[in-house]
Amino acid sequence: MDWEIAKTVLIGLLLTGGLFFFLVGVIGLIRMPDVYCRIHTTTKCDTLGAGLIFAALIVWQGFSFVSLNLVVILLFVWFTNPTSAHYIAKAEYVNQQNKQRESQ
Amino acid sequence: MIMEILIYGSIFFLSITSFVALYRAYVGPTAADRIVSINVMSTKVVTIIVLIALITAQESYVNVALVYAMIGFIATIGVAKYLMKGKLE
Repeated sequence: MDWEIAKTVLIGLLLTGGLFFFLVGVIGLIRMPDVYCRIHTTTKCDTLGAGLIFAALIVWQGFSFVSLNLVVILLFVWFTNPTSAHYIAKAEYVNQQNKQRESQ
Repeated sequence: MIMEILIYGSIFFLSITSFVALYRAYVGPTAADRIVSINVMSTKVVTIIVLIALITAQESYVNVALVYAMIGFIATIGVAKYLMKGKLE
């Protein structure tokens, strides 16, 4: 019985942490002045927010096939989101360079 | 009972923050702002799909989240490459 209460408290803490990082990412997305600052903030949201929420769900499900599936999705998100953030920053930089070169 | 309250509260909160990110996709000055906003919304939708799949005990819906993550990644890479080169090749 004590183990169930401790598990529920741990799941609640992990879910609250993940939602906090999603909120921080969205506030940065609205408030930051530049494109690169927005990319910087939203990668925090992707990595830590999704990571903590998936960790809470893995703790809830225990050791089963579903939690293995969740680990696969989490690894995919952790690989692809920094890649896409880096590629968006590179695309914006090249686009601005091309615009400056055309205006000169 | 308390797990249902936690999961439904998380789904509600993620929906609200997803609409806030949609505001940035609407007003964003450059195209890169809109791509970043859609990327964040894609991650939020993946999390919402997994939460709904586990609270309704339909465990095969977890695969839908994996496919949605792949589609979001391909869309982001495609639009960013079109922004960088002016064409897709």
